[in-house]
Amino acid sequence: MSGSKHALADWTTGAEAIVYQCCRTCGSLQYFHRSFCVACGAPDPEEKHASGEGTVYATSLVVRAATPETRAHVPYIIVLVDAAEGFRMMAHGDNDLSIGDKVTARFAPFAGRLVPYFEKVKS
Amino acid sequence: MSFITGVGLTAFGRHEGSSSLDLMSKAAELAISDAGLKRSEIDGILCGYSTVAPHIMLATVFAEHFGIRPAYAHAVQVGGATGLAMTMLAHHLVEAGVVRHVLVVGGENRLTGQSRDASILALAQVGHPDYEVPLGPTIPAYYGLVASRYMHEYGVTEQDLAEFAVLMRAHARTHPGAQFHDPITVADVMASKPVALPLKLLDCCPVSDGGAAFVISRECTGETGVRIAGCAQAHTHQHVTAAPALSELGAEIAIARAKAASGLAISDVCYAGVYDSFTITLAMLLEDLGLAARGEAAARVRSGYFGRDGAMPLNTHGGLLSYGHCGVGGAMAHLVETHLQMTGRAGNRQVRDASIALLHGDGGVLSSHVSMFLERTR
Repeated sequence: MSGSKHALADWTTGAEAIVYQCCRTCGSLQYFHRSFCVACGAPDPEEKHASGEGTVYATSLVVRAATPETRAHVPYIIVLVDAAEGFRMMAHGDNDLSIGDKVTARFAPFAGRLVPYFEKVKS
Repeated sequence: MSFITGVGLTAFGRHEGSSSLDLMSKAAELAISDAGLKRSEIDGILCGYSTVAPHIMLATVFAEHFGIRPAYAHAVQVGGATGLAMTMLAHHLVEAGVVRHVLVVGGENRLTGQSRDASILALAQVGHPDYEVPLGPTIPAYYGLVASRYMHEYGVTEQDLAEFAVLMRAHARTHPGAQFHDPITVADVMASKPVALPLKLLDCCPVSDGGAAFVISRECTGETGVRIAGCAQAHTHQHVTAAPALSELGAEIAIARAKAASGLAISDVCYAGVYDSFTITLAMLLEDLGLAARGEAAARVRSGYFGRDGAMPLNTHGGLLSYGHCGVGGAMAHLVETHLQMTGRAGNRQVRDASIALLHGDGGVLSSHVSMFLERTR
């Protein structure tokens, strides 16, 4: 859908990685891959691997899913995580995650794919 | 100047055997007749979309089906904000002198035309195809995310949200066209099946069949004039992952622009029609629009402020939550009800004063916003 070429493979293409982009001109970060910086329009932002560390921004526990493939997983939690690097992403995680939790990513199978899955950092 | 000269609304719920075009036609017929016009006098058509029967030229398809050869016609797609976005465009089209009478129409057999799963799946596609949809979110989950954050930041509780469902049901009970008439309590909402927590079944609007239409005209055609006093939009993001902070959402931007366009203030408003796809949507929008202080909308519901006899009657037809939600026509019902209130035709639902009304629609996940002030002119 995003069309432009990815230099680094990430979970959206089946690799165990979270990738974001950093503008070489203005330094803005973006998570949705594009061939340009969404803040200043400069071409070819640098692709970087994220550490997988972050903080939970929002949660919703899906109990009613819409397809047989996803229904097999209910209940599953959808989280928005603010990555340590400064971008926000959607992912899965432990069902007891709450807002403000410090989390770290692994990858888990979901409906025939690999998705980022956050767990609480053990303190 | 532009006037809303006619409105039409079908009952929402099950219309077994009716197509989207059937429901659009039924609503259009009602609106044109309400305006006191003949079909041949309609020279512009704006229509929404149907997820059941997608078409790349729906306005043209509708025009042919309905028997109109307009001078101007196309579809508009802004999710839940489509109805008000079409009304805003119609307002500008008639003001610019492009056309004289624009028919704005939406209708869909969303309930009986496809399975509920198909509806939920189709709507989930507003998510990002690479970064969100593979995670299996649903529309309630997108709004569930927003709800969790809003509750966290402003101390809103699930019981607070439940108040909005109870209020919309209380209003729907007095409208024969509403999908739901059984009374509900906060306890019922709390005990309803979990969908995408913190949202439960009764926090969510239903899927409905139905249709709604208006005529927007350059001149008034009836005894009571309802003028579009000013309107504006704001679009801050599409995907919830890319949404700005809660304090920077589009409703606040759209209402500020609409106030400037109309010269009106919230203190002038005496009736409100606000988008309510979920209880959290309504709670947030009321606060973003300034109809309640931050975190205090639920308290205003409890005190009767938004009731039929309150200071700011809200969605007296029952809203999306209880009148129903048939897609584009869903939020158009808010405008139809507002028009009936403003023209003194709301029967047993009639409020004391609806001379100045505020309408607000939201599409996507609080992504696209349209705010609109209506004013009775005589």
